[in-house]
Amino acid sequence: MAQRTVAVASAGGLHARPAKLFVQAAAKAGVPVTIRAGEKTVPARSMLGVLSLGAVQGTEVTLEADGPGAEEALETLAALLSRDLDAEEALDA
Amino acid sequence: MPDTGVPRPGPTAPTGTAGQGGTPGQGGGSWAGAAGRLSGLGVSQGRAAGPVMRLAGPPELPAPRAVTDPGAEAATVAKALAAVAAELNRRAMAAGGEAAEILEALAMIAEDPVLLEEAERLTGAGHDAAHALDAAFARHREALAALGGHLAERAADLDDLRHRAVASALGLPMPGLPSPGHPYVLVATDLSPADTAGLGPDVLALVTERGGPTSHTVILARGRGLPAVVACGGVMDLDDGTVIGVDGGTGEIAIGLTELETAEVARAETARRTLLGTSRGPGRTADGHPVKLLLNIGSAADLRPAGTEAGLAGVGAEGVGLFRTEFLFLDRKRAPSFEEQVGAYAEVFEQAESVVVRTLDAGTDKPLPFLGLPAEQNPALGVRGLRVDRLLPGVLDTQLDAIAAAARDTGTRPWVMAPMVTTAEEAAGFARRARARGIEQVGVMVEVPAAALRAGRLLREVDFLSIGTNDLAQYTFAADRQHPALADLLDPRQPALLELIALCARAGREAGKPVGVCGEAAGDPLIAPLLVGLGVTSLSMAPVCVPAVREALAGLTHEECGHRARTALG
Repeated sequence: MAQRTVAVASAGGLHARPAKLFVQAAAKAGVPVTIRAGEKTVPARSMLGVLSLGAVQGTEVTLEADGPGAEEALETLAALLSRDLDAEEALDA
Repeated sequence: MPDTGVPRPGPTAPTGTAGQGGTPGQGGGSWAGAAGRLSGLGVSQGRAAGPVMRLAGPPELPAPRAVTDPGAEAATVAKALAAVAAELNRRAMAAGGEAAEILEALAMIAEDPVLLEEAERLTGAGHDAAHALDAAFARHREALAALGGHLAERAADLDDLRHRAVASALGLPMPGLPSPGHPYVLVATDLSPADTAGLGPDVLALVTERGGPTSHTVILARGRGLPAVVACGGVMDLDDGTVIGVDGGTGEIAIGLTELETAEVARAETARRTLLGTSRGPGRTADGHPVKLLLNIGSAADLRPAGTEAGLAGVGAEGVGLFRTEFLFLDRKRAPSFEEQVGAYAEVFEQAESVVVRTLDAGTDKPLPFLGLPAEQNPALGVRGLRVDRLLPGVLDTQLDAIAAAARDTGTRPWVMAPMVTTAEEAAGFARRARARGIEQVGVMVEVPAAALRAGRLLREVDFLSIGTNDLAQYTFAADRQHPALADLLDPRQPALLELIALCARAGREAGKPVGVCGEAAGDPLIAPLLVGLGVTSLSMAPVCVPAVREALAGLTHEECGHRARTALG
């Protein structure tokens, strides 16, 4: 079981655009990934699940996956979470 | 011609004629051929005429069906959710920008595998497709609503998705914006952000049966420069295709316009917009009495919105009259650091020579998570604005330090004011702390009737007043700003509100100190002359409102403004 714990970096937490980008990436990961905040674990490709974590900037979340490609998938997703995706949006604008 | 300065009675009261005199650029055109009238609250200037298209309401859920083929129901469920996602993605493509991001995120909820599995499971348990979707959405809605805050807002989005999915499963047209292929007046019970995200250029005007002067519809319409009328009883009874005229200033709806009349309205409106598009220069009345036209902003980004003409220079505003600092930190769970605040404030000071900074205004409609304030039984009457300082004095100290530092860094001299001030003692305490940091111009917001009644006394402590008419109306009339049934009480033309504003303005004149207005009323070209007539010295508003207010003032002498004010006071 591969595992990564990372603090959510996006200013707006894990909703709106950051949540969208994360869920999109999770759907492409190739392996089922779960994301946990506190007591709650949800599938990473579930938008409703990810939103319901209520993760704000600084919340520590744990990603888990199993099987071939799990390490790489988590690497990518953890890297995404450690970026302030809201700030990047501001730069885009 | 009716005197537009006369306070309107309630939203359903009949009015005389709908022509609006006095204000140049208002557009001529008469409603003479109208077959009938409706009247609501005009909340966004401009006139338009065209056929009514009503926003389709949520589908009615029929009685449950006996299911014979669960597999077919499951397939319908999957198809309905896919159709919703496809429709939202289509709208996202058409919308572009920030609206597209919102719609794509909604499409992803419709495509959520967890939602699909749940609904499919329910069909396996004997539910028909529509009921399975309804139940699956209901479960997630409750879960989100229970989490509160931003997530509770997502619950409203889920309702919208639910309506779409259920309609699709039932073979009904999906609720949402009509797309008839020709320009139309959008008529709705009320408008949600999801309804309006995909609003296309073929919408001529907005008319809603509910909603008040501070509702979402108003903000949207003003942002887009669309004429809008809210709290218009009976408008949903009009048939699609009925040609109506909409006056977003007077709130008048004329039913059954002829082709000639429709064309005349369009011509006059085009002329009005052309005039506004070229409007520049400082605010002044026809006889040269100066009235500062300022902007309400939430961050430096509002001073240079991408791809628009709306910035400070774009509309020729003379500075920032309300810098809502709390907008920088709405989502924060941890307090923004001193350094971060200095950076954010400096960014604004660099772009605008004259800025009025309002210290953090947390409260009912704008909770700041990092403050960690306990929930309240009656938050509008609780700890908000400057009152937060009673519980957490460090927050204001850090903010004042940061404002002073940003002013030093940029070599500017911002004015600073506190929200939700009630007594002269509070004003004095705030002024002392701000001046101790070298801030020269210190003021307070007048939102509480108690503060307005003691305006003269407050001005012995501070250098200026800024009247927040939205909250002042709410507190004066004991009417919740969001309450759909009380919109008429929140009309800024209510004499009791005007009287409080007059009291503040008089106190300012006697003390030789500025008294501005920064509520929605300041951006309304019909009300702005009234405020000037009452003696207000500056008006602060959304950028899009500046040209129309400038033109409205330029068309009247100071004495004419005063006459309107006196008439309105009755």
